[in-house]
Amino acid sequence: MKRRLWFWQLSLLVALFAVWQLLSQPELIPPIVWDNPHRAAFFFGEPVKMFRVIWEWFVGGAIYEHLWVTLQETALAFVIGSVLGLAVGLWLGLTPTASALLDPYITAMNAMPRVVLAPIFMVWFGLGIWSKVALGVTLVFFIVFFNVYQGVKEVSPVVLNNALMLGANRRQLLRYVYLPSATSWVFSSLHTAVGMAFVGAVVGEYLGSARGVGYLIQQAEGAFDINTVFAGMIVLTVFALVLDFAVGRVERRLLVWRPAQSETEQL
Amino acid sequence: MLPLPWERAGERVIAIAVEFDHITCSFTGRGGAASYTAVKDVSLEIGAGEFVSVVGPTGCGKSTLLIVAAGLLKPSSGTLRVLGEPLAGINRQAGYMFQTEALMPWRSALANVTAGLEFRGVSPEEARSRGEQWLERVGLAGFGDRFPHHLSGGMRKRTAVAQRLILDPPILLMDEPFSALDIQTRQLMENELLDLWNADRKSVIFITHDLEEAISLSDRVVVLSAGPAARPIGEFEIDLPRPRDVSEIRHSPRFVELHDKIWHSMKEEVLKGYAQTRNRVSA
Repeated sequence: MKRRLWFWQLSLLVALFAVWQLLSQPELIPPIVWDNPHRAAFFFGEPVKMFRVIWEWFVGGAIYEHLWVTLQETALAFVIGSVLGLAVGLWLGLTPTASALLDPYITAMNAMPRVVLAPIFMVWFGLGIWSKVALGVTLVFFIVFFNVYQGVKEVSPVVLNNALMLGANRRQLLRYVYLPSATSWVFSSLHTAVGMAFVGAVVGEYLGSARGVGYLIQQAEGAFDINTVFAGMIVLTVFALVLDFAVGRVERRLLVWRPAQSETEQL
Repeated sequence: MLPLPWERAGERVIAIAVEFDHITCSFTGRGGAASYTAVKDVSLEIGAGEFVSVVGPTGCGKSTLLIVAAGLLKPSSGTLRVLGEPLAGINRQAGYMFQTEALMPWRSALANVTAGLEFRGVSPEEARSRGEQWLERVGLAGFGDRFPHHLSGGMRKRTAVAQRLILDPPILLMDEPFSALDIQTRQLMENELLDLWNADRKSVIFITHDLEEAISLSDRVVVLSAGPAARPIGEFEIDLPRPRDVSEIRHSPRFVELHDKIWHSMKEEVLKGYAQTRNRVSA
């Protein structure tokens, strides 16, 4: 069943690209939209050429350096953003006065479109990877923060009282009850957080950098090379899928204690 | 096993384990609602090594008394004494069995059982070996690495029992611990509880709404009136011989006699409690 689904999913993709390729052929679309028969290919690119670009990137090895930079930025943004979000989420979740004081600021900062910070980060951290990491961190932080904050407030009071009755002091409550409980919330936001770290990295690269997949796309766009722009997009998409898959694997390993929805094994 | 705190060289030196001295618990209503008095002027003594059940209609404040004894709730007035000393903060002499799931879902059964030892700074190796012994005692040998959601309801209860008893508290507070179990598992668990209790005679306060359960387990049954402002309205010594088998003792003539007697005194309160609940729903 699963095999068959895979097959159809793949076929759909191939069919989409085939139709795309076909429609981009000169004069296939009647010349009512464009007077120049090559315009379709100019605006929308040709899949065959895109894959040739990708092929050259990977065989020639030019892409690896850029992918590596993007991966580094994503990973750093994710780790730093998550740790900060976890720490601040725990702190505010456990101190009602501080959370009451800071509540409007957090709401305001979350509502602000973070992308406008990119130019400031460029000035502060330069054109290297750190300005992109900073942008990713601002995106990841809020996702993790809100999840942990909510998680801390929703720790089961029975589990909490139970730990108290078993003799846990305040520090032990934090370490053995709040932290594991909050971590599970971090993991439930893992997919979104990694995605956001990735968005931060690519947008940062696009706005100003010397390396990274976002930089490749920006360069190609400047040269009106639509096929390379699409090639970059395809590489990014596949990269995001691989990242998401890896996150799913990590999640399954770390959250073994969580009941899966369709699980029936009980002994 | 630790020596029981009320014994010195085999002699009982303290007669009362837990004493409720004119305990009243009122809760302020939210948003201008009238305050609610759950229990009023309750005085009750639990002897050292005594198994006492508290029964009463639903919503009568049985659990309130228990969380006061645990130190999780400060009474509005009155004093709670544990081994003769007024209680301040959490009751360190007591183990508390919650009615609902209280295991940490992110810890394996073994890690749940040893949590209390960990909090007390016992070395991991010792905690592990003692934890495994306890899992074996509650019939869960080999299930130590399972997470709570992989265990059945009965097994989770056993884990919870081991989690408490590994700390060897002289006082056990149990809040309808078996009410969520099916009747067969429940009787098994009751028998196992009696066996464990027989081994070292801790003081037990057992909250239940099931009179049969109360009689078959206890030395004494305390009946609470219907809430609000619940108070004890009767105490009954249970002179059934020990050791008992809870599934068999229910058919003995003395059991039936006691059951009739206690039920008679409860009936009015149960009806009162039922009427109140119904009024509250329809109001």
